[in-house]
Amino acid sequence: MASVASTLRSAQLTAPHEEEKSRPSLQAEAAARGLQVDVQDAVVRFGELAVLRELSLSIPSGQFLAVVGRSGCGKSTLLRLLAGLEAASAGTVSFGAAGGSPGLRTDVRVMFQDARLLPWKSVLDNVRIGVPGGDRAQALDALELVGLADRAKEWPAVLSGGQRQRVSLARALAGDPRLLLLDEPLGALDALTRIEMQQLIERLWRERRFTAVLVTHDVGEAVALADRVVLVENGSIAQDVAVALARPREKDTGFAHYESTILNRVLARRPPAEDRNGFSI
Amino acid sequence: MKHSASGKWKKRLQSAGLEWAIPILVIALWQWFGSLGWISARILPTPASVLEAGAKLVKDGSLFVYIGDSTRRALVGFAIGGGIGFVLAILNGLLPLSEKLTDSSIQMIRTIPHLSLIPLIIAWFGIGEQGKIFLVALGVAFPIYLNTLHGIRSVDRGLIEMGRTYGLRGFALFRTIVFPGALPSILVGLRFALGIMWITLIVSETISSDSGIGYMAMNAREFFQMDVVVLSIIIYALLGKLSDWVAKLMERRWLQWHPHFGPPN
Repeated sequence: MASVASTLRSAQLTAPHEEEKSRPSLQAEAAARGLQVDVQDAVVRFGELAVLRELSLSIPSGQFLAVVGRSGCGKSTLLRLLAGLEAASAGTVSFGAAGGSPGLRTDVRVMFQDARLLPWKSVLDNVRIGVPGGDRAQALDALELVGLADRAKEWPAVLSGGQRQRVSLARALAGDPRLLLLDEPLGALDALTRIEMQQLIERLWRERRFTAVLVTHDVGEAVALADRVVLVENGSIAQDVAVALARPREKDTGFAHYESTILNRVLARRPPAEDRNGFSI
Repeated sequence: MKHSASGKWKKRLQSAGLEWAIPILVIALWQWFGSLGWISARILPTPASVLEAGAKLVKDGSLFVYIGDSTRRALVGFAIGGGIGFVLAILNGLLPLSEKLTDSSIQMIRTIPHLSLIPLIIAWFGIGEQGKIFLVALGVAFPIYLNTLHGIRSVDRGLIEMGRTYGLRGFALFRTIVFPGALPSILVGLRFALGIMWITLIVSETISSDSGIGYMAMNAREFFQMDVVVLSIIIYALLGKLSDWVAKLMERRWLQWHPHFGPPN
């Protein structure tokens, strides 16, 4: 753990072009670290209502996948299915090349929209929940990763919203997961804190090479973070876009292109180039 | 540093002074009017004579015996009733089957004013210890039951779900999330129960007893020792205040994380 923290510090010091050179080796490592996920024709029902309808999705090891869609489209249910919090009434979910079993797994961690810290435990003890065996030093290392080691003894109640989400991220990463599920974790944060959190999540993902699935309603956030963006509509996947932009991403024309393409599709809106009259948002 | 420390003490003294200002004023006026003869000693003896009576009872040792008897009854009844209420609430909060089976029966019994059972209790147990302990236990069980159950139900589902994704289940889940989440409500129930404990005991001791503070008061009334009657009322007030203080202390100690109970900044 300590070595991870130190490589992190050295990674911050290295110049961007050097980082680019070291990427291939990191990617080779990713194949071993990140969990591969396969969803085959999954159906999830709440009573009569089918929220996911024969949804199929294959996530390669180490990929950063973003799931976007309108509210109620089933994107959160997809995430809960991957987390093992919902069960598929038809279809299968399997993990890893060997096809590991679904359900609650110790190598899968979830970061929720609200931080879900236990108010009666100190920040450090909250992070210890994520450490198998509850080792203090390991929890402290995880807090170090998100830059909150100095707040270890405080109650969560005194932290700001962004700090709470960072603690929740530390808790999720403390057990070194192979798949991290993010359920709109930045939705409730202010714009600046959000950008910082995006950078932190991207950095830690690059450092530790877990597979990441981010559910968000913010297309810009999806394009900023993900290798690939899928759009969920009426419980199945309507669009699958690979984002071929270099990291770290700038909001340049390439970025804007991806963002507007996906957004137009989400809103079922024709691109402005076709110059239709009468309808625009 | 020194200055701020002395300032803090000053503040603390000031707040204690405000809390006690009215009781002290009332006692002073009471003593004054009594010694002027405006209040007849046959109706209400002065604080000084109450203290005198107290000193006499302390000297012959009977006061401590009475307080000890009452306290023992209160605590035994509280432990039995509180324990039953707590265990039932936890079962019903966690197991839907148990709730279906017992909750409506418990609610039915709860609507009976427990003090109305006194004639029945005397018929069953006479004026011995069991009757009073039974009544205290019955009175205490419901506030503990209701508040513990409410506490368990109002634990944030999101936190329980979070615990499950981190592999917590069974007793570990209960100990880490459900119980601490229910604790603020459980302690509210505890405070209610402590109040009911003393009230129940006072009433049942006054009606049927051969020892305890209630007995002391009734006995003194027969001999028209008004000072002892007032003394026993004051002792009840002090015991009630003491148990409330203990409950507050528990809240401060166990709910430090709660912004409402945290140490003053």
